[in-house]
Amino acid sequence: MARKTYIAAINEALFEEMRRDPMVLLIGEDVRIGVFAGTRGLHKEFGDKRVLDTPISELAVAGAGVGAAATGLRPVVDLMFGTFLYLAFDQIANQAGAMRYMFGGQTRLPLVYMVQNGTGASAGHHHSQSVHQFFMNMPLIKVIMPATPYDVKGLLKAAIRDDNPVIFLNHLALGGQRGEVPDEEYLIPIGQGEIKRSGSHVTVCSVGLMVHHSLKAAKELEKEGIDVEVIDLRTLKPWDEALVLHSVAKTGRFVAVDEGHMVCGAASEWAATVAEKAFHDLKAPVKRVTSKPVPIPFSPKLEKAVVPSPEEIADAVRQVLGTRVPA
Amino acid sequence: MTVTHLPTEKILDLYTRMLRIRRFEEMVGKLFAQGQLPGFVHLYIGEEAVGAGVCAALRDDDYITSTHRGHGHVIAKGGDFNRMMAELFGRQTGYCKGKGGSMHIADFEIGMLGACGIVGGGLGVATGAGLSAWYRGTDQVSVAFFGDGAANEGSFHEALNLASTLKLPVIFVCENNQYGEFTPAIHAMNITDIAQRAAGYGIPGVIVDGTDALAVYPAAAAAVQRARQGHGPTLLEAKTHRRGGHAEGEIAFLAGQDYRLPEEVQAAAASDPVIRLHTYIVEQGLIPPPQLETLDQDITGSVAAAVEFARTSPEPEIASIYEDTWV
Ligand SMILES: Cc1ncc(C[n+]2csc(CCOP(=O)(O)OP(=O)(O)O)c2C)c(N)n1
Ligand SMILES: [Mg+2]
Repeated sequence: MARKTYIAAINEALFEEMRRDPMVLLIGEDVRIGVFAGTRGLHKEFGDKRVLDTPISELAVAGAGVGAAATGLRPVVDLMFGTFLYLAFDQIANQAGAMRYMFGGQTRLPLVYMVQNGTGASAGHHHSQSVHQFFMNMPLIKVIMPATPYDVKGLLKAAIRDDNPVIFLNHLALGGQRGEVPDEEYLIPIGQGEIKRSGSHVTVCSVGLMVHHSLKAAKELEKEGIDVEVIDLRTLKPWDEALVLHSVAKTGRFVAVDEGHMVCGAASEWAATVAEKAFHDLKAPVKRVTSKPVPIPFSPKLEKAVVPSPEEIADAVRQVLGTRVPA
Repeated sequence: MTVTHLPTEKILDLYTRMLRIRRFEEMVGKLFAQGQLPGFVHLYIGEEAVGAGVCAALRDDDYITSTHRGHGHVIAKGGDFNRMMAELFGRQTGYCKGKGGSMHIADFEIGMLGACGIVGGGLGVATGAGLSAWYRGTDQVSVAFFGDGAANEGSFHEALNLASTLKLPVIFVCENNQYGEFTPAIHAMNITDIAQRAAGYGIPGVIVDGTDALAVYPAAAAAVQRARQGHGPTLLEAKTHRRGGHAEGEIAFLAGQDYRLPEEVQAAAASDPVIRLHTYIVEQGLIPPPQLETLDQDITGSVAAAVEFARTSPEPEIASIYEDTWV
């Protein structure tokens, strides 16, 4: 075991999978240089044919990923920032997410779209959005957003080996995060969540940066004698319903935390499922904590205020416990 | 340098716009290096003759759209140092009240319809402003500034086709600074002159030395006149160089990876647009050097004052995250 950064773990996953399978190739803007360092060094080992720098043409590159995957390759398409997926929306929604089904199962699409998602750089609206909910709405697209170096490596390897289109979201703010990454090979099954902290009073469910904020909140609440269970879903679609329902059966209280928006968002999906399937386990109404329904402002102070903070999460937990009267 | 019969007043106008950009950007670079500015910053140093030459051919009521490298366009169109600098600091007194930042400065009063963090994001908007001028029956024109990299986005092709089909008063100004991020332009397209693409849309494609303000200005003036008279768009390609990196601070994350050709770096240094115009003015005896020196001191003083203004301006209030939403 060694402590590595989240970015280094991404890098290792790409090296290992490209060594393992000659059909895996990497395409995207400036992947040789590696804008986020996750793709660094690959060009040196694998050369021009397997590490392709592309023009700034997201729509065509995303479509090329579909065509290549449908004809035997396993492309990893690096589109840099989550918001740049918007430029590729048509090819992902209309082709990647539908082709196999629409054509009666004639093909399979082993295809990964990898980007950085979320806030953390104070770079303004065009570089700071959380885009996962849009892709959760595309029926046959898998969506993954890991929170730790261990998870990002195991899940990226699993995503590359998966025969379905995957939107792989690295959290923008977590690139420098360090954690244990084993030397021996491992995979993490897509769709499997993890209890990052076990507790008995309340279940808090989140992904990405919000897992860390939730853990901070849990630590703070410990001082008040509140014992929080923090679930990291890791995969947004398909998501680990069983893990959440099992946890709620124990705690009877549920707080969904997401950096995306509330309307048609991830937190709403989890909360609705818990309300529908675990109604009789609940001792209090479910609660959602999400980003405010506005574009992401540039000012670091405002950016921070728009996304859920550990304090807001702690407050929501107090509310479902009835230790604080709702404002 | 183009020998010109322009009145000295116009040459001084060009030089002033360029020097204002240069001194502002130098200060921004310094502030960024000192860690005083949040987010990402892309400087316009080396490309001043393009923004200045084009905007000097525009009226105050004409429109422009800009890019992630947008400070120079705002200044060239007549933007205010104080409000710009305050925006870069994320302050309430900034152009966008701290919500935009470096990549999202706009000043609608002077027809500056916004910088843009999405490559190619401004071409459609500029086309729409041209449509609006045509519809309202004014003789205003609209300019889209964009880079060589943006010319590979679908939006470039769609906007040129739309504007040329409708014969809209739009001037597409491609700032070919030889790179899109770390990829040489010539590795991202199969041609060397982007102006060639104009032929596909049946409009003039004009190439100009973008480091020579005295060449840019008449070329822009001709395109503007054509548009005002209802003859439709022009694609103007200005060959230029960025003196610095793609983004400030890139040396740290490039970690020793070099992507620029030594010849190109030399060419960039040898064709500094501000020095070129200064030399021309002095050699032709158009303006006494002490007057140029005074101008420089005045501009430098205004930049320093803008920094002071920004620093002493308040941060936006948290409550402002809900302001400027629905009308
Ligand atoms: C749609 C989109 N794709 C990618 C990026 C990342 N990016 C920012 S600037 C840039 C290069 C743009 O090159 P060019 O258009 O030549 O402008 P320059 O930076 O050279 O002025 C890239 C790829 C982006 N901001 N938006
Ligand atoms: Mg460029």
